[in-house]
Amino acid sequence: MKYAFFPGCSLESTGWDFERSTRAVCQALGIELVDIPDWVCCGSTPAHTTNASLSVALPVMNLQKAKSMGLPVLTACASCYSRLRTANHTVLNDPEERSRAERVTGKPYDGRVEVRHLLDVLVNDLGVDAVRAKVRRPLKNVKVACYYGCLLTRPPNIVAFDDAEHPSSMDQLLTAIGAEAVEWPFKTECCGASLSITRSEIVNRLSHRLLSMARQAGADCLAVACPLCESNLDLRQADATKAHGAIPETPVLYITQLVGLALGLSNKDVGLEALTISPEPLLAGIGRDL
Amino acid sequence: MPDTPDWQNSTFLKEVERRSGTPVSACFQCHKCSTGCPIGPDSDLLSSQVMRMIHLGQENSVLESQAIWLCASCEACTTRCPMQIDIAAVMDSLRMMAVEAKVDLPNARGEQFNRSFLQSVRRNGRVFELGMMVAYKLRSRDFFTDAEKTGQMLAKGKLSLLPKKSGSAKEVADVFRRAGEEEKKR
Repeated sequence: MKYAFFPGCSLESTGWDFERSTRAVCQALGIELVDIPDWVCCGSTPAHTTNASLSVALPVMNLQKAKSMGLPVLTACASCYSRLRTANHTVLNDPEERSRAERVTGKPYDGRVEVRHLLDVLVNDLGVDAVRAKVRRPLKNVKVACYYGCLLTRPPNIVAFDDAEHPSSMDQLLTAIGAEAVEWPFKTECCGASLSITRSEIVNRLSHRLLSMARQAGADCLAVACPLCESNLDLRQADATKAHGAIPETPVLYITQLVGLALGLSNKDVGLEALTISPEPLLAGIGRDL
Repeated sequence: MPDTPDWQNSTFLKEVERRSGTPVSACFQCHKCSTGCPIGPDSDLLSSQVMRMIHLGQENSVLESQAIWLCASCEACTTRCPMQIDIAAVMDSLRMMAVEAKVDLPNARGEQFNRSFLQSVRRNGRVFELGMMVAYKLRSRDFFTDAEKTGQMLAKGKLSLLPKKSGSAKEVADVFRRAGEEEKKR
């Protein structure tokens, strides 16, 4: 299995541990990632709320590069995933937008390079049985709330690898590595990522809601598949509990950090030192230390 | 200036539908979008109210609202609308229309953030977080929010001191210029 890898800006900075753990887990599972050379920012929310032509052209620049590699694209960031898929959808369904994107980028593009999220590839291409077969240290005693966030499953006519309201792929993956995925109702509630810088008080309210519901459902940690979700729930957790009431400190880990630990990778291989809320209690439960 | 509800004034409705490419007029006020909206409690208007005010041609009230800037682009409304209205796309179009109309933004931070972010991408081909944050802080004059986070993030290697420029940064600058020209033709 071979993919053109699109890391995206967050995985180079605030989410470097997601990049490191993604590369380590893919290597351990035999998934080959070839970086898209000179990839550029997908434009994220600032582009699609400012300039419609730009919001299609920036992802298209990357898809044109991937096209010449002859590989499907894999990305780990839920926001990049959404922007790349949306650009494909626009180019495929709107001839006027397609020619606009081709004029802006100066190159042809037919909208047909496949774009996949890492979670989709792990569960649907590789399969949870293949992951289970490589588990060396099952995450017994770990109760995890699988948090999909907004853009991994929405809108379903554009992303569509799991159910938009009640997704289960992350639950399947983490169950396969020995963890217990708790049932909880906020799997796809938004953390307010795009307001993180401008209206952090709203993000604190939303993060607190998610964290307290996960705790009420019996989880002792959260799993995420998006660098923006991680930042809001982990880095801002102290602000959220200060503003809206105490909750026990709740580690928030990327799916690749949890999978990597189960595969027997080291704490450093999966970048645990980048977490703000210490995962120590969780590690103690599986007989490891920080 | 207060708007007067006007059933005959469909100019605004038509313009929003044209720009967003979605049938706002199909909204029958079921409020499903508002019920699932994460920022509902923080907003001055609910999304279903925005839809109704567009029907009624209340252009000023809509373009001057906080609601269009508070939208988190989470797509819950778009996913759940029984009439397949892409409500999140409507919010995007309304922001662009508000900026073009130079309305007095109730809270300009959203627009200041967008400009800072895109300026960074235009220059480097990728976002340079630290530079983007400095630009945003200067624009918004919001110096204290999250000030302590910067140190924490630097310590954890989450912010780099120098931009990691894309090898295609020059092409990105050209794409920005041409995208700007295309938008003027819409």
